[in-house]
Amino acid sequence: MIEQKHTIIEIAVADLLTKTEEYHAKGHRLVQIGCTPLGDCYEINYTFTTSWDFESLRITVNDGDEIPSISGIYWGAFIYENEIHDLFGLTVTDINIDFQGHLIHTRVPTPFKNAPAVTKVPKGGDAS
Amino acid sequence: MSNRIVVPFGPQHPVLPEPIHVDLVLEDERVVEAVPSIGYVHRGLEKLVEKRDFKDYVLIAERICGICSFTHSVTYCNAIEHIMGIEVPPRAQFIRTIWMEYSRMHSHLLWLGLAADALGFENLFMNAWRLREEILDDMEATTGGRVIQGSSKVGGIRLDIPDEKLGEMVDHLKKIRPLLEESNRIFTHDNTVRHRMRGLGVLSEKDAWDLGAVGPTARGSGCDMDVRSSGYSAYGELGFKPVTFPHGDCLDRCLVRSEEVLAAVDLVERAVAKMPDGPIEEKVKGNPTGEYFAFTEQPRGECMHYVKANGKKNIVRHRVRTPTFTNIPPLVKMLEGVELADVPVVVLTIDPCIGCAER
Repeated sequence: MIEQKHTIIEIAVADLLTKTEEYHAKGHRLVQIGCTPLGDCYEINYTFTTSWDFESLRITVNDGDEIPSISGIYWGAFIYENEIHDLFGLTVTDINIDFQGHLIHTRVPTPFKNAPAVTKVPKGGDAS
Repeated sequence: MSNRIVVPFGPQHPVLPEPIHVDLVLEDERVVEAVPSIGYVHRGLEKLVEKRDFKDYVLIAERICGICSFTHSVTYCNAIEHIMGIEVPPRAQFIRTIWMEYSRMHSHLLWLGLAADALGFENLFMNAWRLREEILDDMEATTGGRVIQGSSKVGGIRLDIPDEKLGEMVDHLKKIRPLLEESNRIFTHDNTVRHRMRGLGVLSEKDAWDLGAVGPTARGSGCDMDVRSSGYSAYGELGFKPVTFPHGDCLDRCLVRSEEVLAAVDLVERAVAKMPDGPIEEKVKGNPTGEYFAFTEQPRGECMHYVKANGKKNIVRHRVRTPTFTNIPPLVKMLEGVELADVPVVVLTIDPCIGCAER
């Protein structure tokens, strides 16, 4: 079995731009940005490589958090950041080409967003 | 001073097999800015993984695209197999590789036909699609499907190809090889093709790398970048070398695909020559726990399937990054400075698959 080596590095949102700058300075290309909804939060992976060994920076964010755009460093990142905004409803600030929610037209707004927590209320009961 | 106007290109256009919209900001006849938008065929397939058994989901992963279908199913299977530590038998790896190369041949021949059609070269268009039928015949004979095969499964493949049939496939490829070479010669040397594509929509090697271009789009700009070099499936045993061209224009992106058809014929011949005996699948027990990023080289370029699982039969997340999606920013760069009449040809040279890109 051929292993495509992949290292995941968890970082704080505040460190995202600095770390991304470091990859850019080392000549890495941006492979992808992908978001995973985990019920109460979201994981976002920023994947870079120079060959077939991949490295991903991982940040964890909540609904309402602001994520700084890396499109000032990797110009092509706008496509992923707009996708994350349109499908998950997360706010990415200062994207170089901001489609304002119009990159991906979906029938339901933000279809991949975490479902809001629901408290079942028994008949005649109290939700609190 | 020139006036600027905005011309909407797509989502319906004779040159586009699938819907993509680009707002072209023009100064006279020249594009100064291109703003793409997609979303006309968003199906939300990634979300379905939360409702389907991870083994059954292979068939949905295959339907992400109607051309790179088989490679999508293999990439998804690779991710699950790595998470579960499943060792796929060598014979299954070789047969997967053969079908992936057949997919590449039929995808590239489809594209070469579309490119010829976009240039108004109808004979070349019909010739490319006639050759594609020969490839599809073998796909159908070995899997039962022309574009959706349903032959890959977690742990291996559903169908073996008997050694006798493998020999017939090689004989068939030997028979059509001169026709493929003749088609390649026309794309390389014909004045009509060269005049229409040489120097058009140039993407430099640096831009291709910086903007995340993949596949023939990157290799047509001189980037020596092909996931098959990493040796997944049986590629590590077949002496694979990427095809690259240096100019970064529409013609070189075309020539990469044209040459890759012949390279795929060679790979199939080598795979058949080295075909190991043995089982074609490994039993799958339990459910996956963990995460993995699997990469393969589809006809259109590097494709990534990310799978995150928590030990249940339904997977937590399946994220697919297709080559077309990452080739959109390079396309925006290629279109800057192009004449309006050349836009369809330039858009076509990234081989856009919007169904794939939107999933």
